[in-house]
Amino acid sequence: MTNTFEPVIIGFTCNWCSYRAADLAGTARVKYPPNIRLIRLMCSGRLDPTFVFKALSSGADGVLITGCHPGECHYLEQNYKALRRYLMLRRVLVQMGIEPERIRLVWASAAEGVKLAQEIASFTEEIRALGPLNWNGIEPAVAQPEKEVAYET
Amino acid sequence: MTNGNHRPPQERVGVYVCHCGTNIAGIIDVEAVARWAGEHLKHRGVVVARDYKFMCSSLGQELIEQDIREHQLTRVVVAACSPHLHEQTFRIACERAGLNPYLCELVSIREQASWVHTDKNAATEKAKAIISGGVERVLHHEPLEPLHVPIDAATLVVGGGIAGIQAALEIADAGFPVYLVEREPSIGGHMAQFDKTFPTLDCAACILTPRMVSAGTHPNITLMTWSEVTDVKGYVGNFTVTVRKKARYINEDLCTGCGICQDKCPKKVLDEVFEAGLGYRKAVYTPFPQAVPKYPVIDRPNCTYFLKGTCRACEKFCPTDAIDFEQEDEYVTLKVGNIILATGFDVLDGRRIAQYGYGRLANVFTSLEFERLSNAAGPTNGEIVLRDGVTTPKTVGIIHCAGSRDRNFNNYCSAICCMQSLKFAHLVKERTGATVFNFYIDIRTTAKAYDEFYQRVLEEGTIFVRGRVAEVTDAARLPGEEGKLIIQVEDTLAGRQRRIPVDMVILSVSLEPRHDAKEVAKLFGISCSSDGWIIEKHPKLDPVATMTEGVFVAGCAQGPKDIPSTVSQGAAAAARVLARIQQKQIALEPVRASVDEDKCSGCRICNGLCPFNAIIFHEDRMVTEVNPALCQGCGTCVAACPAGAISGTGFSNEQILSQIEGLLMLNLEAV
Amino acid sequence: MKPKFAMYWAASCGGCEIAVLNIHEKILDVDANFEVVFWPVAMDAKIKDVEALPDGDILLTLFNGGIRNAENEHMAHLLRRKSKILVAFGSCANEGCIPGLANLSSQEEIFDAVYAGVSTNNPLRVRPQFNWQIPEGELHIPEFYPVLRTLDQVVNVDYYIPGCPPESHQIAAVIDHVIQVLQGKAELPPPGSVLGANGTTVCDECTRRRNVKMIKKFRRIQELPEIDPTLCLLEQGIPCNGPATRNGCGALCPKAGAQCIGCYGPAAGVVDYGARLIAAFASVIDSNDPQEIDRILDGLPDPAGQIYRFNLAKSLLRKARKEV
Repeated sequence: MTNTFEPVIIGFTCNWCSYRAADLAGTARVKYPPNIRLIRLMCSGRLDPTFVFKALSSGADGVLITGCHPGECHYLEQNYKALRRYLMLRRVLVQMGIEPERIRLVWASAAEGVKLAQEIASFTEEIRALGPLNWNGIEPAVAQPEKEVAYET
Repeated sequence: MTNGNHRPPQERVGVYVCHCGTNIAGIIDVEAVARWAGEHLKHRGVVVARDYKFMCSSLGQELIEQDIREHQLTRVVVAACSPHLHEQTFRIACERAGLNPYLCELVSIREQASWVHTDKNAATEKAKAIISGGVERVLHHEPLEPLHVPIDAATLVVGGGIAGIQAALEIADAGFPVYLVEREPSIGGHMAQFDKTFPTLDCAACILTPRMVSAGTHPNITLMTWSEVTDVKGYVGNFTVTVRKKARYINEDLCTGCGICQDKCPKKVLDEVFEAGLGYRKAVYTPFPQAVPKYPVIDRPNCTYFLKGTCRACEKFCPTDAIDFEQEDEYVTLKVGNIILATGFDVLDGRRIAQYGYGRLANVFTSLEFERLSNAAGPTNGEIVLRDGVTTPKTVGIIHCAGSRDRNFNNYCSAICCMQSLKFAHLVKERTGATVFNFYIDIRTTAKAYDEFYQRVLEEGTIFVRGRVAEVTDAARLPGEEGKLIIQVEDTLAGRQRRIPVDMVILSVSLEPRHDAKEVAKLFGISCSSDGWIIEKHPKLDPVATMTEGVFVAGCAQGPKDIPSTVSQGAAAAARVLARIQQKQIALEPVRASVDEDKCSGCRICNGLCPFNAIIFHEDRMVTEVNPALCQGCGTCVAACPAGAISGTGFSNEQILSQIEGLLMLNLEAV
Repeated sequence: MKPKFAMYWAASCGGCEIAVLNIHEKILDVDANFEVVFWPVAMDAKIKDVEALPDGDILLTLFNGGIRNAENEHMAHLLRRKSKILVAFGSCANEGCIPGLANLSSQEEIFDAVYAGVSTNNPLRVRPQFNWQIPEGELHIPEFYPVLRTLDQVVNVDYYIPGCPPESHQIAAVIDHVIQVLQGKAELPPPGSVLGANGTTVCDECTRRRNVKMIKKFRRIQELPEIDPTLCLLEQGIPCNGPATRNGCGALCPKAGAQCIGCYGPAAGVVDYGARLIAAFASVIDSNDPQEIDRILDGLPDPAGQIYRFNLAKSLLRKARKEV
């Protein structure tokens, strides 16, 4: 790989904590690498493993999952459900030949703009070190394969 | 990377890129981004893409409205600041132009790009990706209507300290019913324990008890003391709350509050709550003479009759036959529209700071103990004496920040300790003439008339030593230390270690969240910070609301504060509730989960996931349903449904998956 | 003249062919209504006979098996061209099935297992050569592809009949329906439809009792001292794929006391089958403690195999990323 590799990272945020932490990082002008692109969910509990697979199969090199600290979930305990999925997801990724470090779970409260920025920075560097998630010369999965002209009946 | 599988959309999308003055335009080439969106996202339905100095200004909004009309836009993407700031602004603009407000998507290129990146190229490219994601997402938006929820005019106030009393009175005075629930036998809270209040030194009881009486007699206030909330169901406007009225063993209809039972009760019990362990009460008691309500309670674990089966002295002497040993806990169901939590604080257990010797060295007192000691109605009738009950101290050391601003205990400042310690210094001086040392880290006297009070205490001759006390010990090393408590401290102004022998030490112990704050938060569906204080909706702009609609917070439950701030916050919470009540209904974000019954196989995997009890299983049809009134829209069940039978408005699979494709630029046409 | 019928067996085990034969006397209806032009397992025909047919001449082709090598792919394209209706028949053609699990391994690892593994007596370590020169000329065997693909990842597919194998009564019903279409008594479903199955999940047809599910341990069925014959298997800790698996089989396995392993694939509209099962299994774990969750997950020793036993080739991450 060349050293010009710039990873692309998809980050999932919780509307109540980590998205606000990202807002706070902005307001406070805390700098972090531009490789991450954030998606707002209402809660980390909304994180469908499909989203992670979709991101990784569509060109993202890493996926950052963020939510409220344990015990601080806006929806009481849904971040624990995200935690359970995350731990199982990692196991599946290992078997699929994908470094489990390509997904990271971070708890960040609405007050932790600096922490979130640091996590984004360190995650970006970790993914950069892992290199691109190249698909062994095979096109990454797209929504549907190329279609031939169907014969009408 | 190309992907030719996107159906050309039917929608007509407008993209608006904000300069935000130079906030965005200083880093991001906004003109280039708008041009790019117009050219490269044309096949995705973008028919117009513009940049403008301030999209949120009235001219910027008019620009969007005009385009909606002229270009028959069916979707709008605004690339500007955080949706938490201006989502409503642009939604309303769309609505004015006849477009359903939920067909607008605000994507953040300021907080998430221009303010956090320095590389102009990278930030510009990222802005394109963010807009691309927004366009793909908005194509899957659906027109929605906000959920309108009627507001029940009744309010529940939890906690009968000054915060709760103030809030309850404000609402009741406005003519609406209030249930004021208090765990202890009387309302009054910590303030009722105090003698004087800083900085004016007016007597706490003199200013508090009239409020207590008003709350107790107000026709709109239903007082429920010796009671605890055990269950909260429902949502803003329509909570169903269960309150456990603990058995008082007193028939409130018959009791006149004459106090004879308390006189006749033979059992003395150490009063660890109101008297902070310094005084005694009876097994049947009101915590203090001015208690509201006036009815006593029988302390079952300490009552001789309940313990041994004989006694019943209170019953024998009660002139109105109000004693009822058969009484049982009663569960009352309340319907309320809003809830104010004013559950107050605990103080740090002084024993945890082992080096200060509290609990081991008799004459180390906590601040709450000192309040009772100096209170004219307290166990010593206001005599400031040592633990032996007779000796007046000649030297007193007051330690600020005991457990506060200390990473071993609490990182935060307890806000009231400086003023409280100054008050103590004044009272000690005034009543005993003792020499007083105050040990402080910083003096924080920032509110109105506070610093003047500090000057007064300085002038009275209190000695201030700047330094965190290392240790309080009774191990005398030097002449003059025998029989004294020695305070070991580094005087950071003098730059040397000092040993100061005193007769009495007062610890201004840290305020702490209630020991059960986290359970209470869970019960009411709100969150606490890692410290345990209730998290407000916004630390500056919304300090009385919580993240849960219809649940407000007032007083020290939200964080340490003095009486004036507590009262202000109580009144502010009441004002917010009153505004709600006056509106009669509230519009909620229509972000809700719903089950497609045709797809649901009744596996019940989602059934255990909802903390709001919004998921109902119908045994007869073997399908699950989500009650939209209870659903809070977190989407956990949507993500969990193995059959894909649950969908979530506003955050549907299609919206998120498309946004991923857009962010990764998979929607671009092959070049 | 009777409309033409074909059936082809690509990378699969042959169970689908047997399932078709298991429709018993209904097979006579096929013969009565169709001219079978190509069905290697049942009759003798040559590829060149198919090539000689005009394009679109075959009305109905049931294609079972995944696309593992160049020959599979060639036949997929050929039959697509010659058929009006091409049906992905059975799990392999639909979603890769067991052969698709090979996508977890590189080509090299697959060859090692096959030509050097314990089950093979191959002391000279001979490996197949795709091209080999012999005195008579050059020999070709079909190129082995690095991944197995499903039929619709190679050609356009009109209908899908899932199952490993599809249940015979469902096959019979589909054949009945097609015959009725031929007789003008019924209409074809919209292209892309899944036939011979329903849109919900196995739980819909399962008769076991269910409650709110919270489990502290996943178990293999043989580890349980006894299985409650009437209670949901997942509630007993057995990782049953039923909640995420399309129904139509009649919930045969769970009714018989064995967990569903997912051969009918995802329910209608699902993007990624395995993701649904991660969400499902993670949802029933009764713990908030990372260490304990990990301990519970240890009870699923092969999670990818558990959630993608049949569906790996159709998953979003369908190709394990391995260095060649």
